Amino acid sequence: MIQTIAFYLFAALTIASAAATILSRNPVHAVLFLILAFFNAAGLMVLTGAEFIAMLLVIVYVGAVAVLFLFVVMMLDIDFAELRAGFVKNFPLGLLVAVVLLAEMVLGIGAYKSGGLVLGTADGTNAAPAGTTNIEAIGALMYSRYLFLFEAAGLILLVAMIGAIVLTHRQRGDTRGQKISKQIARRPDEATVNVKPEVGKGVQL
Amino acid sequence: MDWSQSLRLIAPEETLSIASLILLLVAAWGGDKAAKLISVLAVAALVAAGVLVAPALCGGAMGTETFAFYGQFKADAFASYAKVLIYISAAVSLVVAPKFFDRFNAMRAEYPVLVLLAAIGMGMMVSATNLITLYIGLEMNSLAAYVLAAFLRTDGRSAEAGLKYFVLGALASGILLYGMSLTYGFAGTTSFDGISASMAHGLSNGALFGLVFVFAGLAFKISAVPFHMWTPDVYEGAPTPVTTLFATAPKVAAMALTMRVAIEAFGDQAHAWQQIIVFAALASIVVGALGAIRQSNIKRLMAYSSINNVGFMLVGLAVATPQGISAMLFYLAIYVAMSVGGFAMILMLTDEHGNQVEDLSKMAGLSRTRPGLALGLAMIMFSLAGIPPMFGFWGKFLVFKAAVDGGMIALAALGFAASVIGAFYYLKVVKVMYFDEPADVVKGESDIWHKLILIGSCVVISPLGFFLTKWLGHLADTAAAALFTAL
Repeated sequence: MIQTIAFYLFAALTIASAAATILSRNPVHAVLFLILAFFNAAGLMVLTGAEFIAMLLVIVYVGAVAVLFLFVVMMLDIDFAELRAGFVKNFPLGLLVAVVLLAEMVLGIGAYKSGGLVLGTADGTNAAPAGTTNIEAIGALMYSRYLFLFEAAGLILLVAMIGAIVLTHRQRGDTRGQKISKQIARRPDEATVNVKPEVGKGVQL
Repeated sequence: MDWSQSLRLIAPEETLSIASLILLLVAAWGGDKAAKLISVLAVAALVAAGVLVAPALCGGAMGTETFAFYGQFKADAFASYAKVLIYISAAVSLVVAPKFFDRFNAMRAEYPVLVLLAAIGMGMMVSATNLITLYIGLEMNSLAAYVLAAFLRTDGRSAEAGLKYFVLGALASGILLYGMSLTYGFAGTTSFDGISASMAHGLSNGALFGLVFVFAGLAFKISAVPFHMWTPDVYEGAPTPVTTLFATAPKVAAMALTMRVAIEAFGDQAHAWQQIIVFAALASIVVGALGAIRQSNIKRLMAYSSINNVGFMLVGLAVATPQGISAMLFYLAIYVAMSVGGFAMILMLTDEHGNQVEDLSKMAGLSRTRPGLALGLAMIMFSLAGIPPMFGFWGKFLVFKAAVDGGMIALAALGFAASVIGAFYYLKVVKVMYFDEPADVVKGESDIWHKLILIGSCVVISPLGFFLTKWLGHLADTAAAALFTAL
C-alpha cells in the first residue's frame, strides 16, 4: 500500500517537474526542475530495488551534469526567447520528426509483441549471488571477475588525465606562483620598515 | 580460474603498465629535460615486453591454457604475433621522435609515456576475447592517439588533426558500441565463444544488425573505405613520428582485432560478413589508388597508400580460411616494414634549415643530390607497388593466392587489376626523383637513427627479405592456426 502511494507520488512529481523543465521561461528554473525530476526518478529506482542506479542518478546526473548545466546557463548569456523565435516556421519539420519517432516506437513495440525479436538469454556468468544487494553484487563482480578490465579502465582515466595536461598545461612567464617556504621564513622585523620621510619629498620604497 | 596463471599471461601488459607509471613519475619530476632518457627507457620496456611475448609466438600457444581472467583475454600465438609487430612499431615511433620534436622545442616527456599506454591498449585489442576487453583496449589506444595527433599544439594542422580524429573516432566508437550492445542483447553474452555458440544455428535479424554495426566501427579503425575519410587529414596533420605510429601499430592492432572478431565471434556466420569485407576490400583498393594519384603531399600519399594496403589485406580476411589469415598476417609484417621505412624516409627529407619537406615537387631530382635517399625511397615505392624483386610483391602474392585457393577468383582478379592503378602513383614518385630537374631543396642533415631504420627496413623489403619467407611464413601459419583452434 505504502509502496503504491510512494510510486504515484514519485511518478506524478517526475512528470510534473519534467513538464515544468520544458515549460518554464527562466532557464535557471528549468535546470532546477530537471534536478527535481532526477531526484524523483531516483526515488522510483529505489522502489524497484535498483538502489545502485538510484545512487548513480543522484551522484552523476544531479551532482555533475545538472550542476554543469546550471553553470553554463548562468555563465553564458543565452537569449532563450530568441532561440524559440522560429517555432512557427519550423513547426512542420518538428511535427515530421515527431511522427517519425512515433512510427518508430509503434513499429518497434509491434515487432516485439509479434515475437519478431528473440533476445538472447543471459549465460548466467554475471548473475548476482542470492541475498546480496545491488551494490554488493556489482562490487563482487567488478573486483573479482572483471578485475582486469576494471584496472584497465583506470589506466584509460590516467591517459585522459595525461592528455588533458599535455594539451593545456604550459609554463607562463607572467604568473606569480605561491612560494610557501618563503612565506613561512618571513619574519615581522624584516617585513616592516620604519621610515621618516622628509616633508615634501615623498616615500622611497 | 587461476590468478597466478592469469597474471603470468598478461606479463607484457604488466611490464608496460608498470614502466609507463614509473616513467610518468620520472617525467613529473625530471621535466622535459628527461624526455630523451624516458624515451630510451620506454624503448627498453617495449623490448622487454617483446621478449616476454616471444615464447608464446615461437611455441605456438593456443587453446584453453592461453585464456586469462575468465576468458576475457587470450595470450595465444596470434595475439603474440600482432603484439611483436605493435611493439616494434611503437619502439620505432619513439626512436625517430627526438630529432623531429627538437626542432619545435617540443620533445616533451609525456610523449613516450603516451606511446607506452597506447601500446598497452593495442595489446589488449589483439588479445581481446570479450566485447568489453575489446572496447577498453580500443579506447585506451584511441584516447592516447587523439592526444598524440594534437601533440604539436602550436601547429594548427596538428590541432586540427587531433580534433578531427577525436570527433570521428568518437562517432566510430559510438557505432561500435551500438553494434556491441545489439550483439550482446541477441547473444546474451559478451564473450566471443559465447556469441559464436549462440549464433551457431543461424543469425537473427537483430544480431545481423549488431554484426553490421560492429564491422562498420572496426572498418573505421582500420580506415577501410567507406570509413576512410579521416585518414589523409590526420596523417598529414599529425607530427610525422606520430603518423609513423598511426600507420603501423594501431593498424596492426585493429586489423588483428577485426580478424579475431570475424573468426572467433562470428566464424559460423562468415557468409553474413564476407560481403561486407569483400566490398570494403575492393573499395579500399580502388579508392586508395585513385585518391593517391592527385596528391602532392607525400604524407597524404602514404595515407592513401595505407588505405590501399588495407584493401589488399582484407582480401585475405574475405576468404575466411587459415590460409587467408596467414597471408594477411604475413602481409601485415611486410606492411609494417615498408611503412616504417617510408616514414623514416619522410623524416629525413629536410631543407637546409631543418624544416620538413613534404611536397612531392620539391623532391624532384633527388637521385642526383641525395642518391642514397632516393634509392631507399625508390625501393620502398617499388615494394609498396608490389613489383616482383621486392618483398612487397610476396605479401600481395600470398593474399591473392589465398583468394584463388578459397574460390574467390573474381575478387582476386579485380584486386589484381586495381593494383595496377596503384602502381601508377608509386612509380610517379620514382619518376619525379629520378627523371625531373633537381629542385635541390633537400639538403638537411639526417639523424643517425633515421638512417639506421631506413637501412633496416630497406634490407627487409629488398630481395634479401625472401630469406625470411620460410621463417615468417611459419610464424604466420602458427598464429593463424591459433585463431582457428576450436575450443
